[in-house]
Amino acid sequence: MSVKQITAFLENKAGRLLEVTEILSQNQVDLRAINIAETADYGLLRIIAKDSDKAEKVLKDAGVICTATPVIAVAVSDRPGGLNGMLKILAKENIDVNYMYSIFGHIGGLAYMILQVSDTENAKKVLIENGIGIAGAGDLGIN
Amino acid sequence: MEKYYQKDMECASREEMVALQNKRLVEQVKHVWENVPYYRKKMEEKGVTPEDIKGIEDLHKLPFLTKDDLREAYPYGLLAKPLEECVRIQSTSGTTGKRVVAFYTQHDVDLWEECCARAIVAAGGTKEDVCQVAYGYGLFTGGPGLNGGSHKVGCLTLPMSSGNTDRQLQFMTDLGATILCCTPSYAEYLAESIHERGLRDKIKLKAGIFGAEAWSEEMRRDIENQLGIKAYDIYGLTETSGPGVSFECSEQTGMHINEDHFIAEIIDPDTLKVLPEGSQGELVFTSITKEAFPLLRYRTKDITVLSREKCSCGRTLVKMHKPMGRSDDMLIVKGVNVFPSQIEAVLLENGYPANYQIIVDRVNHSDTIEVLVEMTPEIFSDSLGKITEMEKNLVAALKAMLGIYAKVRLVDPKSIARSEGKAVRVIDKRKI
Ligand SMILES: [Zn+2]
Repeated sequence: MSVKQITAFLENKAGRLLEVTEILSQNQVDLRAINIAETADYGLLRIIAKDSDKAEKVLKDAGVICTATPVIAVAVSDRPGGLNGMLKILAKENIDVNYMYSIFGHIGGLAYMILQVSDTENAKKVLIENGIGIAGAGDLGIN
Repeated sequence: MEKYYQKDMECASREEMVALQNKRLVEQVKHVWENVPYYRKKMEEKGVTPEDIKGIEDLHKLPFLTKDDLREAYPYGLLAKPLEECVRIQSTSGTTGKRVVAFYTQHDVDLWEECCARAIVAAGGTKEDVCQVAYGYGLFTGGPGLNGGSHKVGCLTLPMSSGNTDRQLQFMTDLGATILCCTPSYAEYLAESIHERGLRDKIKLKAGIFGAEAWSEEMRRDIENQLGIKAYDIYGLTETSGPGVSFECSEQTGMHINEDHFIAEIIDPDTLKVLPEGSQGELVFTSITKEAFPLLRYRTKDITVLSREKCSCGRTLVKMHKPMGRSDDMLIVKGVNVFPSQIEAVLLENGYPANYQIIVDRVNHSDTIEVLVEMTPEIFSDSLGKITEMEKNLVAALKAMLGIYAKVRLVDPKSIARSEGKAVRVIDKRKI
């Protein structure tokens, strides 16, 4: 029930992000989520694609350095405190959240967050035990 | 108990050595003047005759020779003996232009091999030893030099040449090699193979003599630990003979120069003035015993420091520090000498590719240095924390090597500018 995320290295220079998004769009890679973490010199572009293998291949073929990482897609309820409650569950188990970002739109009426944590397996277990929905690739319409 | 191959020379008093050098230099200048029109012309242009050279005090009056001279005079222009008295050539693996070819009489070969024998004995070699020579044989001087030295010492010599690791390890274990001679990178590779194949208990190595490329102190300790040996550095260049121009003793604090054959000077590569003892500068050699190819004041381009501090091994021969870099590449940043080779060594030691570019600039009247490193799949990770940690470690390692802060910038693969297929390693914006 993990989702494959592709992380690409991008040097901070004018037009570099556009070059990479051009590669993805020219190859009809459909994006479900996108996030950029950056430093002064470079950034990490993280994407969840409908076809992650294809995304990885077209980027590598174009000479972009990238790597695949398993992440969890967690359903977050819209009521206040929903996110806070989920983070509390992980904190109680000493699971660190390295980063998180949201998936575009609602799927089946639910909002989803992408989480990358210190212990993926344990995180999935405790979230499910606490009644929090975890989406698999199929639920998100990706493969 | 320290052993010497030629104790009278290796432990001669300074007075004895200077007297010998004076005598040999005077004879050598005369020999060159009479037999090498190319150098004679250079002397005439400088207004120097053999009569002006009465001893090493007058050495500074002689003109320099550089690699360009060797290329210009290729192949016979610097030959000082008739070809029928020569028995051998060796050649450098030049990457550009003409090769450099050096000639040897039998006497030259004998003296060269004696220099290598001194290195082997300094590394603890005796006729009881089995010496595995895994330097390349052929035009390259590494194999022939150590091979000859090993014969002179009386070791059982295994003329393996380089490569074919399976065969190297088979002979090393079956014949019980005790001394290994090769490049440090090949020694490291062999050490890893020995470790992987679980052969550590089957090898009898006690010493290694490694040269012909730059290597760090860290690499030395690594090879020593992996093989359970003592690793000795050796230095030389084809132009003056080959390996054995200088060699390390048990103290491992620099290489003793065979001063009875080579007079060493340190010069400022810009002003070409001779620098006082203990200064860092370009190493210049004068061969005082070579017959066929006697180079006077040959600029090695290697930057080093000489030391006459008393050595615990008992040798009185001057010691040279492992070359810190090449004079052609030397950059002065914040008053500190910086060599691209030092930066390259740090990158390789820290798992980075050798694909880099150094940008030197002056911001607010102060020099800055930035090292661009191309990202690779091997060092890339999804964690920003890991990447920044790696960068921090690299900055710390560069500071330890250079003594000044250098900024590190990770860049896209293949983004470092190349001209004619070769990467441009240094951009000095202070000069643009
Ligand atoms: Zn010594």
